[in-house]
Amino acid sequence: MSVLTQYKNHRLHWIGFGIIAIIFLLVLPNVLSIFQLNILGKFLTFAIVAVGLDLIWGYTGMLSLGQGLFFGLGAYCFGMYLNLEAAGNKLPDFMSLYGVFELPALWEPFRSPVIAIALAILFPAFIAFLVGFMLFRSRIQGVYFAIVTQALTAIVALLLVGQQKLINGTNGLTEMKTIFGMPLAEDSTKVMLYLATVIVLGGVYLSGRWLVHSRFGRLLIAVREDEERLRFAGYNPVFIKTLIFTISAGVAGLAGALFIPQVGIISPAQLDIQSSIEIVIWVAVGGRGTLIGAVFGAILVNFGKSTISSEYPDIWQFIMGALFIGVVMYFPKGLVGTIQGWLKPNTSDLVDKPSVSSATFSNKTESALGN
Amino acid sequence: MKKKKNIEKILDVQKLTVSFDNFKVLDNLDFYINHGELRFLIGPNGAGKTTLLDIITSKTKPSSGKVMFNEDIDITHWQEHKLVRHGIARKFQTPSIFPGMTVYENLEVAAGFNLSKFKLFQSISAEERDHIGDVLETIGLADLRNRDANILSHGQKQWLEIGMLLMQRPKLLLLDEPVAGMSRAERDRTGELLQSISRDQAILVVEHDMLFVRQFASIVTVLHQGKLLREGKVEDIQNDSKVVEVYLGRGHKETA
Repeated sequence: MSVLTQYKNHRLHWIGFGIIAIIFLLVLPNVLSIFQLNILGKFLTFAIVAVGLDLIWGYTGMLSLGQGLFFGLGAYCFGMYLNLEAAGNKLPDFMSLYGVFELPALWEPFRSPVIAIALAILFPAFIAFLVGFMLFRSRIQGVYFAIVTQALTAIVALLLVGQQKLINGTNGLTEMKTIFGMPLAEDSTKVMLYLATVIVLGGVYLSGRWLVHSRFGRLLIAVREDEERLRFAGYNPVFIKTLIFTISAGVAGLAGALFIPQVGIISPAQLDIQSSIEIVIWVAVGGRGTLIGAVFGAILVNFGKSTISSEYPDIWQFIMGALFIGVVMYFPKGLVGTIQGWLKPNTSDLVDKPSVSSATFSNKTESALGN
Repeated sequence: MKKKKNIEKILDVQKLTVSFDNFKVLDNLDFYINHGELRFLIGPNGAGKTTLLDIITSKTKPSSGKVMFNEDIDITHWQEHKLVRHGIARKFQTPSIFPGMTVYENLEVAAGFNLSKFKLFQSISAEERDHIGDVLETIGLADLRNRDANILSHGQKQWLEIGMLLMQRPKLLLLDEPVAGMSRAERDRTGELLQSISRDQAILVVEHDMLFVRQFASIVTVLHQGKLLREGKVEDIQNDSKVVEVYLGRGHKETA
């Protein structure tokens, strides 16, 4: 790719980004009903998680089945703040049901919205850091990494179910009335939450894009393509993998914090393995290794899911499953990856492979080797 | 022990034994290479050549013995990235590059290993870019710098990997059968490349192709059943009756 086409692609990207931003920020809020906008806002929080998964799976090649967990933990963190805001000076209602009359120490930090949001990002990130560091240091890779993250998800979901007095067990957190003093039921609050989600998604997308285009981004791809070579190139992949796993978990937690005020409930059921696998499906359908694919995969699959499930409530899961299998079999690069393949000229035809005899080794050896 | 200023040995393998299930792949092996030397390591299948490279790069653990680098650094059991940072670079038997990246990006990854973690998020320095340009010239892939590495021919991939090693400015290069699967013309290019870069660093080449060895080697070490069989000039080695025997088998000698 020449510098010129790279520059053109860069400019095209910003134009496309601008158009999509205008559609989501200015057009859709005026076209859609509040109900539809609220649902779209929920889908956009899913898109944020999908970008996080794409960083670790699409780019770095590690299938994490823990993103649903990190998303849920973020939702719980911010949900605890919303609970306390709804309860005012009293305790959340469910506590008195179980005979708890003093606010547990765990809840204290969540009185502050700033700390709650910070923890929604940092707590999942911290878990990912710990688990990731231990796994990657022991060189646990591939399917074993997927299995361990899946097991982690199952363990935490079970743990939450057992904690009735602390966080209302199976029922999850539901009592939410206001956010920063604004009633959640108000249309204006819903529009604001939607807009906040759009802006965060834009920010996460641009940061992710910057990351994958940086030198560090090339190392992520190097981990995916040949981790051993990367080790023999003088890098310690433990650092690279732990960092990207931590980032993807933080992004998922942030998405969870945006999810909870728009949906109003978070329960252990939503941290289930199934939700983690669904995130994988969004990214696979949209296109692994393309951040925009992750975004549109999440929106499209969820849109399809809600449409199909209301039209064909009995068989929608089969239809979704068939769609997923179809995409993986016939469009392994996902929708965006396939379209990009069409747009990009076939490079193998263009290659002017020089014959060996014309390849020349220059005598610049000394300078190439430096001192 | 020689004095510091007289350091000769870049790599010194001492009394190295490696056994798998009581079978000794390397048997009390002593072996060394001097600075700036281009050394060829040959031997029949199962002689322990690749195992020796695996020991030097910590892929396999020795049963006993140690590996010294620059005479006084014990590098036995070191992690790969630490070895690279001290100047040991290894090329694998099959070309091992990052196929989804361009030729330039492959070298850029190889260039950054010594950077602080913070610098990995910044753009590449002019000095590094010049270095990449020089290496591209050296390995003859300058015209293909912006092509995806997976479209390169087998020989070009091997050169790219050697280029990635050169980016590390290594003191010792370990190459495992670098010309396997190459055409004759590609072999000649590779031989010239190795001779030209060996002026600046020691190179240890494990090789099967005797024609290639005869053409480009000066000092050859022959391994047999985990032991050092012979070491010396290539002309002497190829006429050595013992070497002929292990390569062609006992029967050959008797009938000869």
